[in-house]
Amino acid sequence: MMHRVSEAERPPRHRSQRLLLGLGAVLLAVLPLGSSEFYTGLMTSGLIAAMLALSLQLLVGCTGLVSLGHAAFYGLGAYTVYAITPADHSLSLILTLPAAAAVAGLAALLVGALSLRTRGFFFLMVTLAFGQMVFFIFHNTKLGGGADGAYLLRPTLSLFDWQLPLTRRQRPLAYYYLSLSLLLAMYLGLLLLLRSLFGRVLQGIRVNEQRMLALGFNTYRYKLAAFAIAGLLAGIAGHMYAMKEGFVNPELVGWHRSAEALLMILLGGLATLSGPIIGALAYTAIGEVAQLITERKLLVEGLVILLVVLSLPKGLSGALSGTAVWLPRRRPTSRPPSEASRHG
Amino acid sequence: MDFPELLAQLLNGLQYGLLLFLIASGLTLIFGVMGVINLAHGSMFMIGAYVAYLVTAHWGSLWLAVPAAALGGLLVGAALEAGLFRHFYAREHLDQVLLTFALILLFEEFRSFLVGNDFHSVPVPALLDFSVPITPHFSYSAYRFAVIAICLLLAALLFLWIERTRMGAIIRAAAEKPEMVDVLGIDARRVHLTVFAVGTALALVAGALAAPLYSVYPNMGDGVLIISFVVVVIGGLGSVSGAFWSALILGLVDTLGAAYAPRVAGLAVYVLMAAVLLWRPTGLFGRRA
Amino acid sequence: MGKRFTTRISRRAVIGGGAASVSAASLPTRWAIAQAKPLKLGLMLPYSGTFAKLGENITYAIEILIAEKGGKLAGREIQFIKLDDESKPENAPQNAERLVKRDAVDVLIGTVHSGVQMGIHKVVQESGTLTIVPNAGNVAVTRQLCAKNVFRSSFTNWQPAYGMGLAAAKKGHKKSVWVTWDYAAGTESGAGFKEGFEKAGGEVLPTLSLPFPQTNFQPLLAQIPGLGVDVVGSFFAGGGAVQFVKEYAAAGLKVPLCGSGFLTEGTLEAQGAAAEGVETGLHYGDGLDNPKNAAFRRAFKDKAGRDADVYAVQGYDAAQLLALGLDAVKGNIEDEANLYKALRAAKLDSPRGPISMSPAQNITQNIYLRRAEGGLNKVIGIAAENLADPGTGCKLA
Repeated sequence: MMHRVSEAERPPRHRSQRLLLGLGAVLLAVLPLGSSEFYTGLMTSGLIAAMLALSLQLLVGCTGLVSLGHAAFYGLGAYTVYAITPADHSLSLILTLPAAAAVAGLAALLVGALSLRTRGFFFLMVTLAFGQMVFFIFHNTKLGGGADGAYLLRPTLSLFDWQLPLTRRQRPLAYYYLSLSLLLAMYLGLLLLLRSLFGRVLQGIRVNEQRMLALGFNTYRYKLAAFAIAGLLAGIAGHMYAMKEGFVNPELVGWHRSAEALLMILLGGLATLSGPIIGALAYTAIGEVAQLITERKLLVEGLVILLVVLSLPKGLSGALSGTAVWLPRRRPTSRPPSEASRHG
Repeated sequence: MDFPELLAQLLNGLQYGLLLFLIASGLTLIFGVMGVINLAHGSMFMIGAYVAYLVTAHWGSLWLAVPAAALGGLLVGAALEAGLFRHFYAREHLDQVLLTFALILLFEEFRSFLVGNDFHSVPVPALLDFSVPITPHFSYSAYRFAVIAICLLLAALLFLWIERTRMGAIIRAAAEKPEMVDVLGIDARRVHLTVFAVGTALALVAGALAAPLYSVYPNMGDGVLIISFVVVVIGGLGSVSGAFWSALILGLVDTLGAAYAPRVAGLAVYVLMAAVLLWRPTGLFGRRA
Repeated sequence: MGKRFTTRISRRAVIGGGAASVSAASLPTRWAIAQAKPLKLGLMLPYSGTFAKLGENITYAIEILIAEKGGKLAGREIQFIKLDDESKPENAPQNAERLVKRDAVDVLIGTVHSGVQMGIHKVVQESGTLTIVPNAGNVAVTRQLCAKNVFRSSFTNWQPAYGMGLAAAKKGHKKSVWVTWDYAAGTESGAGFKEGFEKAGGEVLPTLSLPFPQTNFQPLLAQIPGLGVDVVGSFFAGGGAVQFVKEYAAAGLKVPLCGSGFLTEGTLEAQGAAAEGVETGLHYGDGLDNPKNAAFRRAFKDKAGRDADVYAVQGYDAAQLLALGLDAVKGNIEDEANLYKALRAAKLDSPRGPISMSPAQNITQNIYLRRAEGGLNKVIGIAAENLADPGTGCKLA
């Protein structure tokens, strides 16, 4: 299979790659200052997508759990903001953000507790099933405004009595920097997490779960914790969507969205934490370019996915930076692929 | 709820379930033998429906359309297998999911380019264009009875093929232990090609049969895709008999749910799938891990 | 399938041309400069997917009106900026922002799908861009969410169904049930039908529904005989309408079917004999005898190669409204006060008959009773004359 090197050789961390990432962060920080309102908004959408992809990376790239229902937690975060915001006045971010994260995290805990009893293909299907359940709840019932979606009053940046006064023109910038800060916090947090024992166990599970079990780790608990954290982070991303757009819609939890999140990870690279961020930003950019040059946007999207899957097994970050990675790669196993993938 | 109404609902559930079986049987064989997830299987259903539309529009008969769809399915399936899927058996599930997701988009675009975006109605064959009164107040379409009969016939043929022929035995063996096929000196590639072609053809035939019932329109594959995966998972990967029973169960659950609890009916099938998976992780009729 | 879109102008070319024409205008006065600058008209419509034909028809009709006016409205060239919204609500805010912020359109005409409209509405409420809705019928847009810069040239889901309910009960029917998809368009039409039917003395049982956009109608149809109704009202559209009407006929129910006009709009050919005799209520129909309609249908047939439908008429009227507003302010779209005043007072001759603007900024119009005969929705009378949407909860009303 692709992207597997012997675990014995840990690639050295290139200073140049760190420098590149640092430059990227600085670039992201100053970009909106010279951009129009529309492009600031577009980049904010890219950052929100990056948060979603990053949260999924904890499952896919780190722990080896491919979930087709991750968008459910993203959407739940957004819908939580809708649900708790009254019709006549906005709530503070201090209330809405933890609420969204908590609801999404809790839902992920419940779904994970059940789903993680399965593996491989079945895990994929069970997560899809739960995602669809959430979709149908929002699409078919009156809970979230039904199939057409609903408006909500955006949360404000306020703390008790003090509120950050924002003119209409300043709002896009505020949302951008808020999203950027959250993304960076998520990134750094995950980085630390992966270097801790918890993180190492997760990666060990990805490489060979049997061995981790043999070593005495309760892998189910570790996977469940990862699933819940990933869900919580997705909820934060969803909160930012609701805050930026002021609008929620059942498609937010649809499986198409989950598949897109997987695509972003694959596009950017499964083996690094910066991969999903690069992938999400690239995907947003590709979507925008496609929209400008053609009416057949879906055709472009399909071709891009095809191209990426067929020719960029390491994703963009792999293609750009050679071998330097944050996470050790997988080791090839000797089991035949179809049996392995079906039964475990 | 009185008896005539119940009878009508049961007939509906049966007819829907049998169509699902046709689609899901192909899917379960493909996954069972080759281990590949094909999200584009719903697009095959869509193609079959469009074939029915085009054939009836130009040559006037659904009787021609169904064999045309079958033939087309064999060709398309073989082409896809040899040209694309063959190289993906060893790839990660993630890649397969994304690849076949891309195929859905591409198929929709081709369809849009070739046939446009209108919805189309496909007429029921004149011979069957009447209704059979099952109560003084309610009739059931003769065509739907015919669909039930045709699906049962195809199911029987499929069974015979899988259980009684040599190729069927090879397929069953391959579904259980892929390496054995190679060990026994059988050309695995021929097996894969056959399974993919037949599986795809079944989906196209289902689409052609369904065209007069559901009309033909963009994105029509979406509606059957997920639910056919549910059928496969509940029935057990690689098990055609499993797919049969689970398709019937789901068809009934979905229909009765739609009649008597429409808001939650959509959820019911997923709750059922989750429940089955948690109780029997490899499905009702699947082989144990 | 219809003609492929041939009159589409390449976005880039037009923007380039627009920029060139702006730089070419070197007249000193501000008013004159405003006159010379082309008016950026953003069209956010579905150009792909199930509703593509509707998006095309609306676009053709707008182009026809502008051509009628000599290619300019109030002396200003019109620069089209088209955007395919793909009928996807989740992309709606982003797409609307593309037109409003990136392309800085002066006017936005859009869209067809109600979910997408919700996304657009949020953006244009905040930006204040003049917006004319050429189809989406969700009542909220001109009721509780109404905005001073948003006008609708089409209908609310309530209007046609109210007309039908009124007509059905006046005919003598006493008990009915509403069958539809469980989403905004279905429930809002149902509310209209119920109000009309009950106003004329009838009783409406609880709605039979299925989730949108499913087409598994058999379970619902099987329940109808047991309800004891003497007429069934319904709302479905597009492929779902085709199938529902066909299955209704095949089920051999003795109860007549009626409904909101979308049940038989654009679907008669596909429905065939099953639709014969079905009565519906809509603000347009076949055989409407007024000179405006005759001229419009001719022009549309020439341009699009197919017959005009209600969607085309709605697009045409959206353009008529725009023209009326622009004339009132002599092309100076910045003059919002007078622009809105003119639009609110609008009275026009439409191919559908006389129309005017309600205080909640939706169209007040006739709802015609039609019967499907021989592949046409023949207008057989007026179900409700000069009907205005109640506009409940709108602060402008």
